[in-house]
Amino acid sequence: MAEKVLMKGNEAIGEAAIVAGCRHYFGYPITPQTELTEYMAKRMPKIEGVFVQAESEVAAINMVYGAAGAGARVLTSSSSPGISLKQEGISYIAGAELPCVIVNIVRGGPGLGTIQPSQCDYFQATKGGGHGDYRNIVLAPNSVQEMVDITLLSFDLADKYRNPVMLLGDGALGQMMEPVSFNPPENKIVEKPWAATGLRGRTKPNIINSLHLKPENLEKHNIHLQEKYATITANEVRYESLHTEDADLILVSYGITSRIVRTAVEKARQEGFKVGLFRPISLWPFPSEPLAALAKTAKAFMSVELSAGQMVEDVRLAVNGAKPVYFYGRMGGMMPNPNEIYEQILAVLQAKGDK
Amino acid sequence: MSEIVFKAPASLCDVSTHYCPGCHHGIIHRLVAEVIDELGLQDKAIGVAPVGCSVLAYDYFNIDMFEAAHGRAPAVATGIKRVHKDSAVFTYQGDGDLAAIGCAEIVHAAARGEKITTIFVNNAIYGMTGGQMAPTTLLEQVTTTSPYGRKEDQAGMPIRVSEMLSTLDGAKFIARVAVNTPGNMAKAKLAIKKAFEIQLRGEGFTLVEVLSTCPTNWGMSPVASMTWLEKNMMPYFPLGTFKTPEEVVK
Ligand SMILES: Cc1ncc(C[n+]2csc(CCOP(=O)(O)OP(=O)(O)O)c2C)c(N)n1
Ligand code: SF4
Repeated sequence: MAEKVLMKGNEAIGEAAIVAGCRHYFGYPITPQTELTEYMAKRMPKIEGVFVQAESEVAAINMVYGAAGAGARVLTSSSSPGISLKQEGISYIAGAELPCVIVNIVRGGPGLGTIQPSQCDYFQATKGGGHGDYRNIVLAPNSVQEMVDITLLSFDLADKYRNPVMLLGDGALGQMMEPVSFNPPENKIVEKPWAATGLRGRTKPNIINSLHLKPENLEKHNIHLQEKYATITANEVRYESLHTEDADLILVSYGITSRIVRTAVEKARQEGFKVGLFRPISLWPFPSEPLAALAKTAKAFMSVELSAGQMVEDVRLAVNGAKPVYFYGRMGGMMPNPNEIYEQILAVLQAKGDK
Repeated sequence: MSEIVFKAPASLCDVSTHYCPGCHHGIIHRLVAEVIDELGLQDKAIGVAPVGCSVLAYDYFNIDMFEAAHGRAPAVATGIKRVHKDSAVFTYQGDGDLAAIGCAEIVHAAARGEKITTIFVNNAIYGMTGGQMAPTTLLEQVTTTSPYGRKEDQAGMPIRVSEMLSTLDGAKFIARVAVNTPGNMAKAKLAIKKAFEIQLRGEGFTLVEVLSTCPTNWGMSPVASMTWLEKNMMPYFPLGTFKTPEEVVK
């Protein structure tokens, strides 16, 4: 086991990226993720890495496109309004099938909103965000240690599938300090014979591109992308469950919220209520099948989110009408406390007539 | 023994282009490819195509290429160059791409002194989308979005990109050329060569602006377009070298 160090979430992501072999970072400051940008500014020159503070998020993500297409492991990070600007580039990166890791430390919206933690970017992260039929792999840690582990995993998944991977955190995770260890990564450095590096002896040029002028060619490319997404869906679903085997009510919650929900679930258990927690770690691919399986035993579900109700739509799709799905959310950077969630649990159980 | 005195550049693919008759894009491609050949850069050149009529430039250059989003080529080139520091990275951009939607990207690539070369094709109009007003459209010039001629109080004055970027310390070589006569073509090639050489010496950002025709959207014959370019564009966009490393050093 590697030694534990106390680190802030944002900085832990930066160090994990370096451990994963990332030597290129392009970003632009925005609260509550700026510490990551600052961390890379400090660390990269010390390890002969590249740090560029771009003039905008639009430029930063296009620098990522260039570096990724040139064969590098590359990271960028931002928070909600900045990620909106990055969507243009993310669509092009997905279209050109380039690997990169994008960190979104979400804050409250819409618009300039607030700098407080939120989960209001779930739709944007998991349903595309930019134009076109594409998917990002979206992973949601709930601790600083998981921010490290997921960062390491993200680089491998990005390379494996030649696809953008988004680490979806929130302001609270970005700012909190916890002890972490950097377990040696699997770090599957893969050959990238497709990268545009200059011919360097090759006879056939490599082209990094997302333009397909002929509709039949573009459809073929889109079918290829969808097949890739199906493979990812089959192989990369990640989740955690607690007390779900005999639970009447299963709360579904991810990221920072899942920790608050967990406290409420433990309290309900102590009071004798059969309540469980299901935590999606991969938000895309969403763990639909495990949830559908739980719908056979559970009597109801409740999605708890820091939004007006976004993931709840995926929960409903998974449960597919088999059982009622309730929702509880706070918005604008407001965080529920465990008692508040406990009250919601009681309300749902009473509505269902179950003790 | 016979000797080959003139042949197609190795850095250009043996394919026909989609450019309209009389368009200068093809000539400019050829000059860039000749320079890449002469400097022996085919093996380490990486080009970035824009969104505009030259969007398919990656089909014409026989080197590794990227296609960038509209206006973002300088940011893409930045990413590439920071990964392969020894490569010869260039962007090829139209005036809509570079001076409108991508204005921030080109200004900041120049300001950072990014070690890339930009070939900036100024035809005073948006070609690909069918002849709309560009930031370089001349006063009184009629386009589909300036149907009564460009008016200063409504659309401002055309941007002189070379002059503007010359004020930035990171820009080390900035020249405006044309390819309307054999003499000007030779000068254009020299400027492009110099820009690549300065990039390879790691001195900073380099840009060659090439005045170019768009007979299709100007609604003129290729020959009339040449005359229009000389009469109207050259007075407002004077040819010349605006910045050299010598001048930067002072
Ligand atoms: C984000 C975005 N906005 C608009 C367009 C549409 N568009 C394609 S080419 C072009 C203008 C290109 O003009 P210019 O850069 O002057 O090059 P030219 O075609 O004249 O060579 C525009 C507006 C686009 N592809 N992407
Ligand atoms: S539309 Fe204009 S710029 Fe485009 S290829 Fe034709 S002549 Fe050239």
